[in-house]
Amino acid sequence: MRKFLEIINTLDRRWIFVFIGLAVSLPLFFPIGIKFSVSHPVQGFYDTIEKIPDGSKILMSCDFDPGSMPELYPMTITALEQMFRKDLKVIITCLWPAGPPLVERALAHVGAEYNKQKGIDYVHLGFKEGKEVVMVSMGASIPNTFPTDYHGTPVSEIPIMQGVTNYREVAMIVNISAGYPGTKEWVQQVQSRYQIGLVAGCTAVSAPEFYPYYQTGQLKGLMGGMKGAAEYEKLVGVMGLGTRGMDAQSVSHLMVFAFILIGNLAYFTLKFMKRKESG
Amino acid sequence: MRKEIPLLITFLAGAFFIADYFIPHTGFSSWAETLNGWTIIVIAFAYVLGVANVARVNLDYIQRKGKDTPYKIILLVCLLFMMMVGIIWGIGEHTVFDWFFINIYSPMQAMMFALLAFYIASAAFRAFRIRSVQASLLAITAVLVMIGRVPIGEAIWKDFSNFSEWIMNVPQLAGKRAILIGAALGAISTGLKVLVGLERTHLGQD
Repeated sequence: MRKFLEIINTLDRRWIFVFIGLAVSLPLFFPIGIKFSVSHPVQGFYDTIEKIPDGSKILMSCDFDPGSMPELYPMTITALEQMFRKDLKVIITCLWPAGPPLVERALAHVGAEYNKQKGIDYVHLGFKEGKEVVMVSMGASIPNTFPTDYHGTPVSEIPIMQGVTNYREVAMIVNISAGYPGTKEWVQQVQSRYQIGLVAGCTAVSAPEFYPYYQTGQLKGLMGGMKGAAEYEKLVGVMGLGTRGMDAQSVSHLMVFAFILIGNLAYFTLKFMKRKESG
Repeated sequence: MRKEIPLLITFLAGAFFIADYFIPHTGFSSWAETLNGWTIIVIAFAYVLGVANVARVNLDYIQRKGKDTPYKIILLVCLLFMMMVGIIWGIGEHTVFDWFFINIYSPMQAMMFALLAFYIASAAFRAFRIRSVQASLLAITAVLVMIGRVPIGEAIWKDFSNFSEWIMNVPQLAGKRAILIGAALGAISTGLKVLVGLERTHLGQD
């Protein structure tokens, strides 16, 4: 017994890696389909977009890169689906340099599904360096900040950009954020300054940071991590990457919990045994 | 004058942008727009400097023939290659740049992020030992939130997600708000010190 506990207590971490690998991969091949409900922050995200009149223009800032794709790409796809269903006109920007190719991919996928036309139903303005300065600069003039779209077409020649000068001409902002610059900066530099509606999707690890902004109403809605993406997919009515990842996430979280429990049991039982032996 | 002029520029620029935030006047806004444009251009140049710096540091290393020389060569070749294909054939969809980005760069970066799951599991196994009251609180809260934020939590107990959401909305939020307010006050204080010249580290001085 004691030897077994010592083995557990000093377990080679490669065994942990094997178990986590299995916990993540097996549910992807053999789905369980555990049901889940929708949380208030995600409901807020969905409702805020639903309340926007059909045909309005929306600014979407995709501030992420491939590192956070598993969590944020499903949100991006589903947000585009909801907006295209409502025939909203989407203006997309990126404040992360590796974001634009991912946006292109998402637009090609969802745009084709809803038969949307580039330049008329959506425009991808690409990446601009400058972080908060770009956000503030767009408050003065979006065409001056992004003179061309991602493909080099001058914004003056793009139909969707006609009449768009700054944040006054967009109904709200949707931000998908992996870190800095992202949701925090959009709240501080744009929402509080221009009093514009803002919803955000972010990684699970950064979600706690944005709860104060959600509670104050500065964020009308908030999606955190893959669970947030799955809840949003449920509301929009799509079976996307977020929903498919829920089983894997459930099992892997349980596995981590099991490791914490086993680690503590082994540690305290050994400690108890040692104390008993020493008298 | 080498100290005074940069300090004056810092003060004027800082004071101007603070005023711009509170004064919605067209004159102010147009000046602010111009200055923001300059800032974006200056920051864009930092990328050029960054590339030059990466090239310089790695070329120096290659010349010294250190043990990581092959990796440095790969880094520089890839840097040059991606720059060239981007400049020659563009960066849009279905270009060479896009192919390498989607098929090489994306999976590699996603893999680096995915490794976190394995390290977190390993760290949780070793670090979450309930040795004190504080450690117990941390471990219990972590487990409740971790299970409550995945569907299996609701399968175990239907209000698990609501309970987890309560932890996020009340105790977590209270702590986070305190940190945010403290950090904001600190930022204001540091900003004022920079503006009035008490804090000079940005000029290369302690």
